[in-house]
Amino acid sequence: MRKFGIGQPVRRVEDVRFITGAGAYTDDLNLPGQAYGYLLRSPWAHAAIRSIDVSAARAADGVLGIWTGADLAAAGVGDLPCAISGVLRNRDGSVLEVAGRAVLARDRAMHVGDGLAFIVAETLAKAKAAAELIVVDAEELPAAANLADAVHGEAPRLRESAPGNICFDWEGGDAAAVDGAFGQAAHVTSIDLLHNRLAPSPIEPRAALGHVDDGRHVLRTSTQGANLFQRVIAPVLGIDQEALRIITADVGGSFGMKEFIYPEHILVLFAAEKLGRPVKWSGDRSESFMSDLHGRDVISHAEIAFDADGRATSLRVHNRANMGAYVSLFGPGIQTLGGARLTGGLYAIPAINVRVTGYYSNSVPVDAYRGAGRPEAAYVIERLMNKAARELGLAPDEIRRRNFIRPSQLPYRHPLGFVFDSGAFEANMDEAMRLADWAGFPARRDGARARGRLRGIGMSCYIESSVGFGYEAAEIRFPEDGTIEIVAGTMSAGQGHETVWAQIVTEQLGVPFEAIRLVQGDTDRVKTGGGTAGSRSTYMVAGAFRLSADQVIDKGKAFVAMLLGEPPESIEFSDGMFRSAGSNRSMSIMETAAAARRDGEGLDSGATFNHDISTFPNGCHVCEVEIDPDTGKVEVVRYLVVDDFGRIVNPMVVDGQVHGGIVQGLGQALMEHSLHDPETGQLVTGSFMDYALPRADDLCAIESSYNEVPCTTSPYGVKGCGEAGTTGACPAIMNAVLDALAERGVTELDMPATPLRVWQALRGAR
Amino acid sequence: MTGFADFIGGFGDIMTVKVTTTVNGKPVSGDVEPNTLLVEFVRENLGLTGTHVGCDTSQCGACTVHFDGKPVKSCTILAVQAEGHQVVTIEGIGQPGNLHPMQAAFQENHGLQCGFCTPGMIMAGIGIVERNKGTNLSEETIRAELEGNICRCTGYHNIVKSIAAAARGN
Repeated sequence: MRKFGIGQPVRRVEDVRFITGAGAYTDDLNLPGQAYGYLLRSPWAHAAIRSIDVSAARAADGVLGIWTGADLAAAGVGDLPCAISGVLRNRDGSVLEVAGRAVLARDRAMHVGDGLAFIVAETLAKAKAAAELIVVDAEELPAAANLADAVHGEAPRLRESAPGNICFDWEGGDAAAVDGAFGQAAHVTSIDLLHNRLAPSPIEPRAALGHVDDGRHVLRTSTQGANLFQRVIAPVLGIDQEALRIITADVGGSFGMKEFIYPEHILVLFAAEKLGRPVKWSGDRSESFMSDLHGRDVISHAEIAFDADGRATSLRVHNRANMGAYVSLFGPGIQTLGGARLTGGLYAIPAINVRVTGYYSNSVPVDAYRGAGRPEAAYVIERLMNKAARELGLAPDEIRRRNFIRPSQLPYRHPLGFVFDSGAFEANMDEAMRLADWAGFPARRDGARARGRLRGIGMSCYIESSVGFGYEAAEIRFPEDGTIEIVAGTMSAGQGHETVWAQIVTEQLGVPFEAIRLVQGDTDRVKTGGGTAGSRSTYMVAGAFRLSADQVIDKGKAFVAMLLGEPPESIEFSDGMFRSAGSNRSMSIMETAAAARRDGEGLDSGATFNHDISTFPNGCHVCEVEIDPDTGKVEVVRYLVVDDFGRIVNPMVVDGQVHGGIVQGLGQALMEHSLHDPETGQLVTGSFMDYALPRADDLCAIESSYNEVPCTTSPYGVKGCGEAGTTGACPAIMNAVLDALAERGVTELDMPATPLRVWQALRGAR
Repeated sequence: MTGFADFIGGFGDIMTVKVTTTVNGKPVSGDVEPNTLLVEFVRENLGLTGTHVGCDTSQCGACTVHFDGKPVKSCTILAVQAEGHQVVTIEGIGQPGNLHPMQAAFQENHGLQCGFCTPGMIMAGIGIVERNKGTNLSEETIRAELEGNICRCTGYHNIVKSIAAAARGN
């Protein structure tokens, strides 16, 4: 095995700049002559705007320009689009058609934090001071900010075009077959669940720096792929794609929410052009909570039918999903085209029907957040399985054993269309139970009981899909300085692409790892790219690098053959060396690249990898909790996971993805909940003092291990790992909590299982 | 949000005061508004952008620096309060090729992903090891003492491991 090749825990090359303070995040960048933008945001959840008077503000000290929604419309600035409009088909056969989101609100403010005016001044303090002088004449309207406030019959209607606040009503699977199976069922278990609304909260807040350089608009900002920004923003501004350059340097975490184009991206570019000066906008954390796209926010009702042997015959799920005030780029696609296709998880359930109804509300739009619909699907089926097991008198592992898709059934066609290629679902569970000493749990429960604590154990057997856009692009170049430039359309926000992509190319070409430099996040240097999303980057980029590397090798063979005066077929390539089979002569790839470059074209190559087949990471999480019945506080005392990510490129980096994903799941299960006041629609959780992110003392160490079952459809057998932790964690933790509470008669509990909720559940069950 | 400087801005030029302090062993001075935070002074006046701002309620700890040798959140101190004191930022503890043991431990143990909270974590980690010198630094202690620093990427597992490794001297 190569020292820096696939499978090695190579230490990350990007770390040196991060640990020495030399990272370049957007807010670290400044340009000469830069002005500062500030967004005046709606203090109302829902309001009709009669007029916005900016005259006094415009005259204030240091103010360079102020623009409202009306000004942008007059200047021909377009709206932010929804890519799912015109794509998603409602269950009545109609196709979803939704308007885009205005960059600044025009006649109605639709959520707290909705942008009303953009002020640019010489300093941020002056821009903020001027914002105080803007007079907004508005009539506050009845609001429905939480999903529960928007779905009921008495809810205020937020859009003329949307009776009942319904944005879309989608359905998948065979409803008739499901109805038939329910009619024959020996047992039916049903459940109602909340997938709590989350603020993604990467620690780097959003920022954007726009300027016009030599007639071209340039935007420096965090993205998950600069090329997507270029494709979306250019038409909004009414400029050619070539007239727009997007540059992303270091990204301080994203988890989905920086994949998207926000009003501020358009505003800094628009203002920079109008003023002829660079314009910088940096959001603070308070703005993040009221303007970053949120995640989850779904209410599920699910029913599962079993035969007399405890085998599931059908599953019916209705999800009500909050879209927020506007439909975001992928908003209506997350619970439908994304998550719904994994309804039923890794069980062989013959008939599945899932319906998703999307609702408008007076809240920040909801879009992809780590897992993007798959955690919701896993939570529904894994909570259902545990509840059914209790009702049927089966152990949690036994009900799963009776229902797993067995290895002999693979490849398995899921009723909603996916084909699961590989996996060892029962083996993962067996291994996790062995590592967890599941059999020894009763003794640990007794021990906890003696200490006055309730102890519970829970598992989840999850499957998710690494999925995304249909292509990824890469290039491999050999510049004169002796480095190897590798170019990818993906974008790292902490996943370690500079290291992992270099490992892949080292494996393919045998080039020196230390000499590889990754080029990403610059539309002038990366010609095209899908971007990082849906845990797809590793296998997609590996495919694109493999095609590129094959070209490099072919060009190298031809060149060496020419030098040696031999036929190209006689040249072999391995371990970074071109060798002549006949003459024993050889040349390293770096020597060959240098000579070929001097001679003319060189070995530089690039390719696009088209691949529409999803991969299916899966595994088993086991969690043990102890609960203090007097306070309701849940303590996670043990957490372990057996994951099948197919082939692993860098186990150290993958461990990190698992840890981080699980703790984000733990946050959802036990702590995090983005809430609005039901009366006023005001955001209640507007800072890290009200929105509880997990901290180091909120959890224990995590034990991760792998069962590498290579994917049969992807390059190198890679399945992806970025979102698996968040997908499996919530049900494992909640199943453990409910197991602990069962002896006190608690049978239902929603996330987050905060001390208050657990205490209330214990009191209520008395 | 309107700060003090915004109010007095309405009555004429914003008043500035001169602050003289020591940052990373070098004497520095600059003109700041009285309400300028130490983190703003470090980032904007001195251009030391390794110290980050992740929140506005002194919760996240991304701005942690050493103030007279102790880790503090530099958003909780005014720049003028640094007058005559010693400030050390992430840029002052080690450089590529000559890393501080805590920096090296973070790289070796994959104690960072996106890197944004990392400078604050490293500065806090050095403080944890200093405070607990001579004790057998437990995982539990590290977790408890990291409570003021938020990381969204790593799940803390490898941060705890990094600090423990640095404390052991490996």
